Amino acid sequence: MGLEEALPSGILLTTVEKVAGYARKSSVWPATFGLACCAIELFSAGGPRHDLARFGMERASATPRQADLMIVAGRVSQKMAPVLRQIYDQMADPKWVISMGVCASSGGMFNNYAIVQGVDHIVPVDVYLPGCPPRPEMLLDAILKLHDKIQNMKLGADRRAEIEELEEARLRRLPLVQAAGPGLPGGQQTGIGPPRADHAERGPSEPEERS
Amino acid sequence: MTSENDVPADPAEGQPDPAAVAGEHRLSQQVERTGMFGTETTGDTSGYGGLRVRRPDVPATERPYGSYFDEIADRLAEGLERDGTAPPDAVSRVVVERGELTLHVPREHLVAVARMLRDDPSLAFEMCLGVSGVHYPWDTGRELHAVYPLLSITHNRRVRLEVSAPDADPRVPSLVGVYPTCDWHERETWDFFGIVFDGHPALTRIEMPDDWKGHPQRKDYPLGGIPVEYRGATIPPPEDRRAYS
Amino acid sequence: MSTEAEGRVYTVGGQDWDDVIAAAAESAEERLVVNMGPQHPSTHGVLRLILTLDGETVTELRPVIGYLHTGIEKNMEFRTWTQGVTFCTRADYLAPLFNEAAYCLAVERLLGIEQEIPPRASVLRVLLMELNRISSHLTAVGTFGLELGASTVFLYGMREREKVLDLFELITGLRMNHAYFRPGGVSQDLPNGALERLREFLRVMPPLLGELRALLDANPIYLARTKNVAYLDLAGCMALGITGPVLRATGLPWDLRKSQPYCGYETYEFDVRTQTSADVYGRYLVRMDEMDESLKIISQCVDRLAAKRPKDDPVMVSDPKIGWPARLAVGPDGLGNSPDHIAHIMGQSMEALIHHFKLVTEGFRVPAGQTYLPVESPRGELGCHAVSDGGTRPYRVHLRDPSFTNLQALPAMSEGGMVADVIAAVASIDPVLGGVDR
Repeated sequence: MGLEEALPSGILLTTVEKVAGYARKSSVWPATFGLACCAIELFSAGGPRHDLARFGMERASATPRQADLMIVAGRVSQKMAPVLRQIYDQMADPKWVISMGVCASSGGMFNNYAIVQGVDHIVPVDVYLPGCPPRPEMLLDAILKLHDKIQNMKLGADRRAEIEELEEARLRRLPLVQAAGPGLPGGQQTGIGPPRADHAERGPSEPEERS
Repeated sequence: MTSENDVPADPAEGQPDPAAVAGEHRLSQQVERTGMFGTETTGDTSGYGGLRVRRPDVPATERPYGSYFDEIADRLAEGLERDGTAPPDAVSRVVVERGELTLHVPREHLVAVARMLRDDPSLAFEMCLGVSGVHYPWDTGRELHAVYPLLSITHNRRVRLEVSAPDADPRVPSLVGVYPTCDWHERETWDFFGIVFDGHPALTRIEMPDDWKGHPQRKDYPLGGIPVEYRGATIPPPEDRRAYS
Repeated sequence: MSTEAEGRVYTVGGQDWDDVIAAAAESAEERLVVNMGPQHPSTHGVLRLILTLDGETVTELRPVIGYLHTGIEKNMEFRTWTQGVTFCTRADYLAPLFNEAAYCLAVERLLGIEQEIPPRASVLRVLLMELNRISSHLTAVGTFGLELGASTVFLYGMREREKVLDLFELITGLRMNHAYFRPGGVSQDLPNGALERLREFLRVMPPLLGELRALLDANPIYLARTKNVAYLDLAGCMALGITGPVLRATGLPWDLRKSQPYCGYETYEFDVRTQTSADVYGRYLVRMDEMDESLKIISQCVDRLAAKRPKDDPVMVSDPKIGWPARLAVGPDGLGNSPDHIAHIMGQSMEALIHHFKLVTEGFRVPAGQTYLPVESPRGELGCHAVSDGGTRPYRVHLRDPSFTNLQALPAMSEGGMVADVIAAVASIDPVLGGVDR
């Protein structure tokens, strides 16, 4: 895209970002990837009561080539995963992904051989929406959060700076287990499953050990 | 007040005590599960470590079966004798439980029995409701079962055919020639259990991806879950959790 | 592009349209193999259809399924019998209560408590199943219209369906995938105000269904697209094991609610509606008629539920070793165990505490054996083949889903017809791929 790549960071670029963001969020066309039960709630969200048309999103493009947003609604099986990736690849930039429902976000209640445990194994996800299935109002909330994200998306030089900043932060971020806090010595035993011998001998945590 | 029938059998008269017979029979059954909570060592003081759960009996019902089941068995035997496609005693075992009739048929006679059940006017089981596979890994020589529920719309009756095949030779004749609806059902049973249906026009995987290895619903195939990490705790997958069975 | 025994394969990746056109111009063959799906708006879920076309005529059609296979049946082997309800309910997700009903009735038959299910629980089950039948048929007719290009029908269907989902939310707590039926009964009784809402629903629904009919029944475009399309007669249905509206559209009045009733269906007055045309239009009419019959049954249920109740009218079987113990109530922090129940088990009855504990951790034991129990779901005969080995977990549960079997009929219906009629055929079978793939 031409204009914003050439603009230097400054008031002009931020104005262009605002306008482009507003234009983009006002007519996001979803590529409905309705797979299972969440797809039915997606239909309901497009129905008269919870109306997606007020966001300009009622025109769901079946062809991914014209779609902006892929709402992965439902459980993604191992057989469907390559198809999902192919559809995502066929979408043109800028594109966003909402993983709707717990099955798309993390595998949900189906922790087994047949289901991909979270579509973020396959495509990068912008908004995770839990629920089994999430109510249409919850989907609208997720879409509005995505609209915020789209509105505030940085372009051009600003975007490059933002990407560098995000990468720095991710590299420095602690993994979840240690980030749980000083009260939990590296992983609390839940009492479910066989006891882990390596932690059994450890005494109470010493906060000063933490870097 | 007890009636005369409640007088216990006197062992001195040579009649075996029915309770003792039943007890010996129960203790001679194969042990299926030992203990509870998955404990193996003597550290378990709950007392459940000594629990021995034994296999239930292989059920078999004697005549009379009750309701319309006798008629089905009789007509089937007559029809097979008339036809000669299978011996009249092709049904190796009959089970009547919970108001349902199950005919256990050796796999070599399956097609003939099914055809007779479909074509004989007094039986008229026009519709087959699919194939369901079950895997009993402990039943050596008969690990894989295929269950066919049949429905007769004319007479408003139901019956169940069950065949078994060993793991070493998991082949069962296909019923697609008799009931075309079994096409996809047999493909699914092949996909999930590894039962090869001889004579099926196109026995390929239907639910799993075409290059999947293994047959997922067998008991020796793992559930395949992964541990889940949440707020510092790790929850093991369902197959590793504590079981109360 | 590759040349194989079957013909030339053109892989279109982008930026190569000139090559594709040149190659296609060389080929003298008129036949074309087109892949529809698995992601396609005109399929009821992730169904892939591989069509061999000769012009507009379909010479061969092969459905490919499995894109939604979830391993529900295997998952149920690792949960208790009661937890299995939450899994089987997500198989056919447009008719979740029917999955639950088939499974719970099968478990109850294995337990041998079929005669001890409280009558109020059976009435509630029938009420919710018929509501679900209406919501499922509305979705069927709505998406049918959408796929034929009539988006107004979709909006009407969704609008009506919201009313049913409101009732579900009021009674069961969820709009979909309710886990309301449990082995032994249902999880909780009707809340206050439910009967008024149900009566209101019964009052507003018939005119709305009339609107839907007015839009479609005599619509010339609709008739042109659905009459004499996807014909499958009785012999075909029998051979292919088809049940449900497709079978009733051939003229055979086979309905399990009448022939092999369960949950007390023999005590309700309703008709089995059929058509004789055996085409897409006939199946549509059968579904619309079935919705009218469902409204009749619901009104009879409401009358029974509103009738004077005996003093002790539970909705769960009274055997404390089987009936799910918790009574739910809305507290200051939402829905949870009712304080009365907690007081009872903690303060008043040790046995109740033990039963609660054992049922929630271990579950109940089901005697060994197997059973096959069918119910009449909106799509046909939904059967549950449950095998127990005497433990607290199912040994094997197989759901015989009607959509799985009905989809086999698709080639028989569509081969020889036009491409556009394939869509109508798929929609008239009304498959739900969650049930097909499980």
